[in-house]
Amino acid sequence: MSRIRTARGRQSGIGSYVVLGLLFLVVLFPVYYGLVGSFMGERDTNSFPPALWPVSGLHPENYGDALGIIPLGNQYLTSVLQTLVITAGQMVTSALAAYAFVFLPLRWRAFWFGVFLSTMMIPYESIIIPNYLLISQWGLKDTIAGLTLPFLATGFGAFLLRQSFLSFPMELRDAARVDGAGHFRFLFSILLPLSRPSLAALGIWSALSAWNMYFWPLLATEDPRHQTIQIGISQLQTSDGDSPGMVLAGVMLALFPTLLLVIFGQRFIVRGLTAGAVK
Amino acid sequence: MSATTVGAERRRGSLMAFAYLVPALVVFAVFIFWPLGKSVLLSVQGTDIIGNPSGFVGFVNYTKLFSDPDFLQVLWVTFAFTVLTVFPSIAIALVIALLLQSRIRAVRFFRTAFALPFAFSVATASVIFGVLYNPASGVLNGLLSYIGVDKVQWLTDPDLAIWSVAAATVWMQLGYNLLVISAGLGALPEDVLEAARLDGASGLRLQRSIVMPLITPQLFFLVVVGTIHALQSFGQIKILTVGGPQGTTTTLVYSIYEQAFANNNSNYGYASAQAMVLLLIVLAITAVQFGVLERKVFYR
Repeated sequence: MSRIRTARGRQSGIGSYVVLGLLFLVVLFPVYYGLVGSFMGERDTNSFPPALWPVSGLHPENYGDALGIIPLGNQYLTSVLQTLVITAGQMVTSALAAYAFVFLPLRWRAFWFGVFLSTMMIPYESIIIPNYLLISQWGLKDTIAGLTLPFLATGFGAFLLRQSFLSFPMELRDAARVDGAGHFRFLFSILLPLSRPSLAALGIWSALSAWNMYFWPLLATEDPRHQTIQIGISQLQTSDGDSPGMVLAGVMLALFPTLLLVIFGQRFIVRGLTAGAVK
Repeated sequence: MSATTVGAERRRGSLMAFAYLVPALVVFAVFIFWPLGKSVLLSVQGTDIIGNPSGFVGFVNYTKLFSDPDFLQVLWVTFAFTVLTVFPSIAIALVIALLLQSRIRAVRFFRTAFALPFAFSVATASVIFGVLYNPASGVLNGLLSYIGVDKVQWLTDPDLAIWSVAAATVWMQLGYNLLVISAGLGALPEDVLEAARLDGASGLRLQRSIVMPLITPQLFFLVVVGTIHALQSFGQIKILTVGGPQGTTTTLVYSIYEQAFANNNSNYGYASAQAMVLLLIVLAITAVQFGVLERKVFYR
């Protein structure tokens, strides 16, 4: 009996490896080709059938070419600034709001919480036209303010931090008050430092979504020097389809920061995964 | 302390508490609630040639929408695109997550590798897929040529384009779905699994009768979130097909973009009516989610 079971176990084990291996090849192929292709010359990418690895040698100059064709340096800086401002803004506004929801004698608490939750149910694309008109009217096109202002607060962030604050031990809070710590002191020098994992989760989610944004930056910018890297690389593709190596080099540059976040921040990402689900 | 001063004290406390909400509320008011009202308003107004609202027209934009064959096609494309992306990406993620549950070597490596698509933005992923789909020198046609298949027009064949864009979208969604399902699997009650194993359940039987029912909440969550996400798709369509060929990949959000922003159309009224349709669909799905979650999806 036990021998039969182990034999069957091993068989399904091999089957698992085969299926997993095939899925691995298919799912990771775009990642592989993006990276390897970014070092391939036109001899490899433009022949048919195209090479699957750099047969005719490595071409790191693709990266220089990509940086030369579009103002990628400027765009990188714009993306970095945009991401930093949005991330910092969301962390501050969310921490303040979550603090009021958990620790302060707020009137109509349920109502205000409902207001915060309702912002998560409105698809951004359904209100993008008035936002675009507003930002153009205020003369904020092609500015960091125009790129970031609409995203300085999220219901998601307040929700995530509220969950974390709710589990904060009340004795610690009372001890801090007895020691004379006011609300601001308590929030910034005790509560937030002790809530680092949730803050990190919020920070990583904010940064990922800010860096990867596409629709809004497409509308809020016109001048290539003020566009974000995401818009830049998508235009690289339409402007020069004949040099896939260079296009892919641009993609890799845009991908680098988020790749690091996902590889090293995975446990924080998982923390924020389902907080967006309204429970 | 008299009753009135206690009351005043409390009011002051509440006012101070409210002050903590103000920064977020200002952002919501200016960039979510006011635009929401403005969208409703725009949708019942006409638009003149340079994009200014040209007065109240009632439900004209809406009646025009639902008698416009182009818009009916947009709704159909949106529906097809949603079905083609949501279910395959959940199914594939589920298979991968279950396989990673079994005792295999290098699990950590595989986990990280399969989560990589999550790092890609819609722009980076779409540009890579654009290179792969290139009919003249793309890798996909290159690989097919080895088995004698002629060059396929992945993005310009009207029968095929939506499938190609959907396949790229499935790939983009995989990482997220996988993380959610894996988190669900990781939180399964070990005692239930152990009891099932003692009763002789193993392999597929264990997966089907014990594991699957226990992760229904995660799967349901992914269907809802995935559907809302698919309805909002824009970047991959803009980058890969610009809505074509012959409108076969023009989804609702792409149509809003086309009416309002592409080629200086500035047709804000008509586009806003479409935006309201999007809003209503998403709100309806959210309402269904609430209704079902109230009754709980577990079979426990």
